[in-house]
Amino acid sequence: MDKYNLNNSYKAVVIGGSAGSFQGIVKILSQLPKNFQLPIIMCLHRLKHVRNGFVEALSIKSVVQVVEPNDKESIKKGGVYLAPSNYHMSVELGNHFAMSTEEMINNSRPAIDVTLGTAAYVYRDKLVGILLSGANRDGGLGMKLIKDKGGLTIVQEPSECMIDTMPKAALSLTQIDYTLKIDEIVAFLVELNKHYK
Amino acid sequence: MIQDIDIADLKKITELIQVKYGYDFRNYAMSSFKRRMLRILELKSLTVESLLKKLNDQPTFIDEFLDELTVNVTEMFRDPGFWRIIRDEIIPGILLNHKQFKIWHAGCSSGEEVLSMTIVLKEMGILQDVQLYATDLDTTILDKAKQASYPIKNMELNEKNYIRYEGKGSLKDYYKEENGRAVFDKSLLQNVTFRKHDLVKGEVFNKFDLILCRNVMIYFNQTLQNEVLKKIHESMFKYGYLAIGSKESLIWCEVASKFLVVNNEEKVYKKIKD
Repeated sequence: MDKYNLNNSYKAVVIGGSAGSFQGIVKILSQLPKNFQLPIIMCLHRLKHVRNGFVEALSIKSVVQVVEPNDKESIKKGGVYLAPSNYHMSVELGNHFAMSTEEMINNSRPAIDVTLGTAAYVYRDKLVGILLSGANRDGGLGMKLIKDKGGLTIVQEPSECMIDTMPKAALSLTQIDYTLKIDEIVAFLVELNKHYK
Repeated sequence: MIQDIDIADLKKITELIQVKYGYDFRNYAMSSFKRRMLRILELKSLTVESLLKKLNDQPTFIDEFLDELTVNVTEMFRDPGFWRIIRDEIIPGILLNHKQFKIWHAGCSSGEEVLSMTIVLKEMGILQDVQLYATDLDTTILDKAKQASYPIKNMELNEKNYIRYEGKGSLKDYYKEENGRAVFDKSLLQNVTFRKHDLVKGEVFNKFDLILCRNVMIYFNQTLQNEVLKKIHESMFKYGYLAIGSKESLIWCEVASKFLVVNNEEKVYKKIKD
């Protein structure tokens, strides 16, 4: 039954995505178990000047209300978080977020590499990283950092992606643990939740 | 390219700067501070050891170092909705009680925000009645702010923001294009005093009716945010206004009870207690 090696007690899930990832994210959020325990931290490429609407669109079908956290806001069990527009979002030691307006990275702010890389530093081998469809290479380095710290890495099956540049970047930079379709990612998260300690 | 830096090494650097130059970076937020340090090491092709040596042996290097360490990415009319609130609610609120008033841009960086403010005031016809102070830790960036000249490539975003702000004319009314730069009309800055000021160690130097400190304290940890907010509170007249960044919050800090939320979306607060 244990298809995935989930003996490790994972503490958080980070998800990155860009062009073509919205439908997949909505599907994941709408099919999450109601009692999903791990915080889900999302960084999705988005329009810089549009502050409103995105989190609401994601929340419509989501089992859990999606939140764009404030600077230094605590990361709570079961919380679902989205990086706000025009800020980089980092995970800080002490289990909270930190925002920044630094230079764009990979032409992006928020940049997926920032969220994934800082989460890898804080959660180390207790982190699951998931990278979905996208048209640039942002997130590839972040996935490598997660893998280097002993975390578990998943990319969306490139054939299922609207644009596969992003998962392929991760696959070229590190040994990704699982390449899964969205339905399989949902099944994985259900399994992960059962193993939560 | 991919490198990491130990917390122990970061500590060595902050301690040297503290002892030798009197700047205190010990309570900066770790994630961004680490990124800034890695960036400096890469830009200047330095190792931690050679950086420490350079900071120790070359006192002139500190200005360059501070300029790279501090985040100087900003836009004119960032968050246009915020600027509409400033024009339509906050400034009219101040004008109910005072014809003349003072504004402080704390952490002004390259000056886009204070310049935006002067345009707002000019379009309201009250620029001559307002004293503005723009301060930053970084003297290199203050010199740039005084020039009010920006690469023309930045103007596309600035123009878009200004249009969303719904200003009276076009941003082009305020600058001339010279050698690939947008050079703004210097008379806009006639009532602006630029000065070096360190929010962390600096003293309270004046009292203000409106303080803008947007996306500055995000680089501090909560301990330091708390301390800086006390000084900001002290630098405000009762019933004065404070604006912070759209993703910042006052909720958890000590002075929170001395402020009233005026606009939660754009993060504008009013001081109600001394």
